[in-house]
Amino acid sequence: MYWDEREETVEQARLQETQMEGLRETLRRAQGSSYYRDLFKDRRLQIDDIRKLADIEMLPLTTKDDLREHWPWGFVAVAREELIRMHSSSGTTGRATVIFHTANDIKAWTHLVARSMYMTGMRRGDVFQNMMTYGLFTGGLGFHYGAEEIGALVIPAGAGNSKRQIQLICDFGTTFIHIIPSYALYLSTVFDEMHVDPRKDTKLKAAFIGAEPHSEKMRRTIEDLYGFKAYNSYGLSEMNGPGVAFECPCQNGLHIWEDQFLVEIIDPLTGKPLADGQEGELVMTTLKREGMPLIRYRTKDLTRIIPGPCDCGRTHRRIERIKGRTDDMMIIKGVNIFPIQIEKRLMEIPGVGTNFLVLLDREGYDDYMNVQVEVKREFFTGDLKQLEKLRRRIVEELKSDILITPRVDLVAPDSLPKTEGKAVRVIDNRKD
Amino acid sequence: MIANQLSIFAENKPGRLAAVTKILAKEKINIRATTISTSDTFGVINLLVDDPKRAMAVLTKAGMMVSLREVLAVLIEDKPGGLDRLTQLVAKENINVNNAYGFVLESSEKAIFVVEVDQTKKTEALLEKHGFRTLDTEALSAIEPFHYMKY
Ligand SMILES: [Zn+2]
Repeated sequence: MYWDEREETVEQARLQETQMEGLRETLRRAQGSSYYRDLFKDRRLQIDDIRKLADIEMLPLTTKDDLREHWPWGFVAVAREELIRMHSSSGTTGRATVIFHTANDIKAWTHLVARSMYMTGMRRGDVFQNMMTYGLFTGGLGFHYGAEEIGALVIPAGAGNSKRQIQLICDFGTTFIHIIPSYALYLSTVFDEMHVDPRKDTKLKAAFIGAEPHSEKMRRTIEDLYGFKAYNSYGLSEMNGPGVAFECPCQNGLHIWEDQFLVEIIDPLTGKPLADGQEGELVMTTLKREGMPLIRYRTKDLTRIIPGPCDCGRTHRRIERIKGRTDDMMIIKGVNIFPIQIEKRLMEIPGVGTNFLVLLDREGYDDYMNVQVEVKREFFTGDLKQLEKLRRRIVEELKSDILITPRVDLVAPDSLPKTEGKAVRVIDNRKD
Repeated sequence: MIANQLSIFAENKPGRLAAVTKILAKEKINIRATTISTSDTFGVINLLVDDPKRAMAVLTKAGMMVSLREVLAVLIEDKPGGLDRLTQLVAKENINVNNAYGFVLESSEKAIFVVEVDQTKKTEALLEKHGFRTLDTEALSAIEPFHYMKY
């Protein structure tokens, strides 16, 4: 049941002691990097000033912009020869950030991924097909190493080539897959085309879904289509990649591995810490990393800590599924809206297909939100009135959630743009 | 007899109908009649073709959203009062017509009037009882090339 019972069920008090030791070690190691050495000097900060975990608030936050500005070596805290791996974030804007790992860093990361996968039931002898892009992106190698650590047979399928993915699943009896949720929805249509029923004709037991925010409803849809359990995986390259937080069989929040990360939730606007249960931006400090320790790193991901223990017996606290990113947030007519809110609503409406696209436009001083929604193929009977009714329902449902009235267009299935299987959700045409 | 009409979802932008007819032309599928109903930003193209099942398959393969609907293709005389006799009957029986369109087969001879109603079977029986002929897909595709109506 546990990959390492002692670590996973350690008492919170004992866990916090280890965290304090880890934090002290991280602060000491960070002095090896030019960025943190200069920062501590400028702010006249002494490691000894940090006596308890709560004192971390005295330290400044680290942002992605800081990583970019001190690219590529500014955060490296060890001699160049100690580094054995680099990865890069899949940043959509500006220069990508790079993360370096020592041999121990890779070991620690692999341990967390193995712990996460084992938690969902993967064992030696299972067949694991990794449908993520290999290379600079951490979702490929991160999962690959973790599955090998468990002793599963790994099929490094990589992303795309849907027919070959299905062929591999059938030929080699794949039991676990790692897949982007929107691609999982698309792949099920290819299963249909090939007349393969994933529920009957395969040995699939579970999927790890991650790399893009998705709603609970979307997860349930994927589980229904494939007849397996889909476990939510959370990670970011700055904190290794996958294996930061992962769902256990209870599927009620993701255990965030607190022996390797110190977790805070802050108000994204003021930077002030928030209590458990309150929603805000996830901020993380590495506790074991050697190559590139990061202190109070702003993930830009919005979530909250779920208060209380989990039925599975693990003591590491849980975060709720990611609600959105602080920089995905759209501000329209003064209202803050996240694409995930729109997705959540849409997926609950019968007749709505798999993808949608939000277009933001400005006419004069007024902002307009236009939502293009794919219609489900089976829903279409040729009746224009039925489509008009669906369109009006979408307008009403969205209006009740996001408080502004969007313009809604219905479009044909699979007609909206996709990049590498990942759906494009928002196009902002407003010019300041 | 009940005929099949092809309904195709189309976004309201130039070239949607052209995209449909291009595919059908390539597949040598004959279009007998067309109507388009539109709302603000999308519409439905309704087609009567000689091979609806194959047309549905090729259009679906091209990524279009297509549905087959049952309609009544009623043979009427193409002269004053020809259509009126049919519509009066339908109105008298309180049958709700959702969509209707017609096309002439032979000038001043015969025409086909296509009606989409809520209760197709019931309406068909009623029409047959009053001496109207309804055509199914095979009969419809047989008509044109041979001037079938002139017998
Ligand atoms: Zn749990």
